[in-house]
Parts: sequence; C-alpha cells; structure tokens
Amino acid sequence: MDATAVAKSAPANIGARPQPLGEPKIIARDVNVHYGEKHALKNVTLDVPEKAVMAFIGPSGCGKSTFLRCINRMNDTVASAKVSGLIQIDDQNIYDPSLDVVQLRARVGMVFQKPNPFPKSIYENVAYGPRIHGLARNKAELDEIVESSLKKASLWNEVKDRLNDTGTGLSGGQQQRLCIARAIAVSPEIILMDEPCSALDPIATARVEELIEEIRRNYTIVIVTHSMQQAARVSQRVAFFHLGILVETGETEKIFTSPNDKRTQDYITGRFG
Amino acid sequence: MSLADNHIVSSFDDDLNQLADKLAEMGGLCEKLVGESVDALVRRDIPLARRVIEWDRAIDRLQHEIEERGIMTIARRAPVAIDLRQVVGALRIANDLERIGDLAKNIAKRVVALDGQFQPPKLAGGVAHIADLTLAQLKEVLDAYTRRDDKRALEVWTHDGEIDALYNSLFRELLTYMMEDPRNIGFCAHLLFCAKNIERIGDHATNVAETVYYVVHGVPLTEDRPKADLVSADFD
Ligand SMILES: Nc1ncnc2c1ncn2[C@@H]1O[C@H](COP(=O)(O)OP(=O)(O)O)[C@@H](O)[C@H]1O
Ligand SMILES: [Mg+2]
Repeated sequence: MDATAVAKSAPANIGARPQPLGEPKIIARDVNVHYGEKHALKNVTLDVPEKAVMAFIGPSGCGKSTFLRCINRMNDTVASAKVSGLIQIDDQNIYDPSLDVVQLRARVGMVFQKPNPFPKSIYENVAYGPRIHGLARNKAELDEIVESSLKKASLWNEVKDRLNDTGTGLSGGQQQRLCIARAIAVSPEIILMDEPCSALDPIATARVEELIEEIRRNYTIVIVTHSMQQAARVSQRVAFFHLGILVETGETEKIFTSPNDKRTQDYITGRFG
Repeated sequence: MSLADNHIVSSFDDDLNQLADKLAEMGGLCEKLVGESVDALVRRDIPLARRVIEWDRAIDRLQHEIEERGIMTIARRAPVAIDLRQVVGALRIANDLERIGDLAKNIAKRVVALDGQFQPPKLAGGVAHIADLTLAQLKEVLDAYTRRDDKRALEVWTHDGEIDALYNSLFRELLTYMMEDPRNIGFCAHLLFCAKNIERIGDHATNVAETVYYVVHGVPLTEDRPKADLVSADFD
C-alpha cells in the first residue's frame, strides 16, 4: 500500500471480536456414520467448546441429528447404524468398550423436538433421573433437586403449586421446559437439543431461548435448529452441515455476516445451492 | 461476488434490487449536482445554482426512501451474510450521498450569495481542478458499488490523499491571491469554503469505498490489511 494510504487513518478493528471460547468439551475426529448402505456422515471433524452454545444448521437430512446422537451414543440403539472415528468428551473416548453408557447419558442430556414428558406427575418427571442415578439420599434432597431443576428451567413459578398434576397436561412450551428440567436434574455436563422449539409458538420459543441463555455458562449445549434467527440469537458457534459433510464451523457473528463457504451462504441466505 | 439474485423467495431479490436501483438513481443525481454546483461557480451561473439548490430536495427524498426500504427489508426478510451487508451498505451509502448532496447545495448557495461580487475567473480555476478530481472519484466509487468491485473501491480509497494534497496547495494559492489584492479576500474566502466542501465530498466518496469493500468482504477496510489478502479473502 502506498504512502497516502498509510497516512490515512482508518479505524482499528477494536472490540469487534467476541471473547474467545473455552477449551473444547467434545472433540470429534473423522466421524463416519452408515445406516446400512447409506453413508449419512462423512469424515466429520469438529470441536465443541465448553460452556457455550453451538448450533448445528443445515438442510433436512444432512446428518445433524445423526451427529447429535453420536455424542450420547443413541445410535447404539439403531440396529443399522455403524459409527466409526473418534469422539472424546474431556479426553475420554466415549466409544471405549469399557465405558458405561448409562453413565455417559447422565453426563449428556438430551431434549427432543417434540416435548416428551412421561405420563406421570410434574414432580416425577424431574425426580425420575436423579432417583435412578442415586443422586439423592432422601426425600428432602430429591425435593431440593426437583425444585432447583425446575427453577433453572424457569418453570418453577408456573408449576410449584401443582407438582402432582400430570406433566402432559402442561402447555407445549411448558412441557419443553419440563423436559429441559428433567435433563438438568441429573446434573449433566452437556445438553443436546434437537430442534427444541420447532413445535413451540414464538412466546414459548422465547422462553426456551431465554433459558438457554441463562444456563449456557454452566453447560455445554449443542442445539440443532432450522431457524437461522434462532441460531444467530442463541449460539456462540455454528456448524453448517450439508449432505453428510461438515462444511464450515465458525463464530456465530462470522457465519451470519460473512461465511467462508458458498454453500453456507446459499443456505443461510435462502438461495438455490 | 453474488448480487441479489437466486433467492428461493424471488421477491427477496426484488427488494434488494430495488434498493440497489434507488441507490444508483441517488448516486447519479449526486454526481450531477456536484458537477453543476461547480459549473455554476466557475461560470457564475445563478439560475443553475438555484436549480442545484432545488434538486437537493430530491436527494433527501431518495435517502428517505432508501432508508424505509432498507428497514422494511430487515424487518421482513431478516437478511444475513451478503444480504445483510447489501442492506446495511445501501443505508450507509445513502447517508454519505445525502451529505454529498448537502455539500453541493452549500456550494450552490455560495454562488447565489456571490451574485454581483464575482472576481476574475482564473481565481476559480484551482477549485474547478480539485472538483474534477473529486467528481472522478465519486463516479469511480459509484461504479465500484454497482459492480461490487472491491479493487476499484480500494483505488478510490487510496487516491483520496491526492484530493487532500490538492486542497492544501489550493489553500496556499488562494492565500497569495488574497495577499496580492485585498479586494480578492471576500471572493477567495468563499472559494476556500467551496474547496473545503469539495474536499469533504471526497471524504464521503472514500466512506463509500470503505462500504463497498465491507459489502464484498464482510470485514472493514483497514490500512494494515496486507494487499495479498484482499484478493483471496472470502469466496468469489
Ligand atoms: N434410523 C435411520 N435409518 C436409516 N437412515 C437414517 C436413519 N436416521 C437417519 N437416516 C438418514 O441419514 C441421513 C441424515 O439424517 P438426519 O441425521 O436425521 O438428518 P438431519 O437431522 O440433518 O435432518 C438422512 O438421509 C436420513 O434419511
Ligand atoms: Mg434432525
């Protein structure tokens, strides 16, 4: 650049970068998933930062849920699924044959698209996990866990007077927050959410997003969403999948202002790819 | 660089294209008014100056329209990535163009105020020269915007220093005229203000260049950015 250009004072790019994210909580290396002949995930290599929200976006069928299910080994229950590659949580290989899958699933909670409370009381929905994992020594401790989980899920005030009512009687948005309370109750380190708001109205969605914002400093959260706006609102990092390939990951600001890959741009801006 | 086409929702393309069309219209009008304001000054053409003052209203109206369309597009389409940059870029550029229109109007107002006290035309020669250069920069940067041509925008950005240098030498030249003959002082002071306005038009052209660069690359233009990086940044 010549002298005149250097003499010009252009503003320095101060404060434009967000805080760097913490260490990776989950690392995936060359993960491949086949369902029979179908090669659903191809060589996915990805770091999920600790105590932050990472959003998975991409067209339907690109493998987002498949990858999510690798993280808590839910694919083990799909007969045709074959998973290869390495996935570690805190440096521990979660596909190590000696690993206790029940323990793993206590560390990695999951919230699904359709709220799926048990057909039991609100209290029982939350108490179930801590009870089977032996997290409470007595009724008082269990009450304590139920209350604090419902509080963390921002549902306590709405249900504290009717803990014995059935969970399925709540509104859709409340049911989803109940499912989040149920996931939180076993003190997981990671919470996986697969399109948690796609069945909710905007107000219920806003409540869930507010909840994610409140808890994200204490949990590592991975959320699959079809709403670009939601990904932009709740996440710090975004991973874009396309046809079983991880195309691009980056800071949310970067992905939504200037993604690197044309496929990412075409998808998030709603263009024909 | 993809322009506003190929959206699955084609009316989104229409929104963005209309925004760009309005901006092109506004840019063309700005060029015209800047040129005419300087012509009016050099040729002592009071009616032309009055027309420039009139026309500035059209520029304000266009800016208002672009702002409304831009805000409407943000509200309705929630644009991201290149689309967001296009909309934000249009809003910013419309702002700069509005200021350019004001500066041209200001020159025209001085021409009207100078009625009856014009001095030898050679005094205005230097102002015409800096105006030519500035107008060329403005044309170039508006072209760069239409084509989303970051390299041409960068050229404009780099050449702004020449206008500044020319302004400084013009300042000294006018000072000598004033010292030569005190009867020149009033007129030369007006010329000096006109030259300053033109120099500021150049600054706004530079702002537009920065915006074009941002629209294309998604990062601000900074002097420490190595040139090699400019070409490879992002995808084409
Ligand atoms: N249980 C399954 N059996 C066979 N194919 C499956 C199964 N689950 C998913 N797939 C296929 O794997 C691909 C990825 O699916 P999925 O991970 O559900 O995508 P996404 O969540 O991104 O919509 C799709 O082509 C889907 O049809
Ligand atoms: Mg899915």
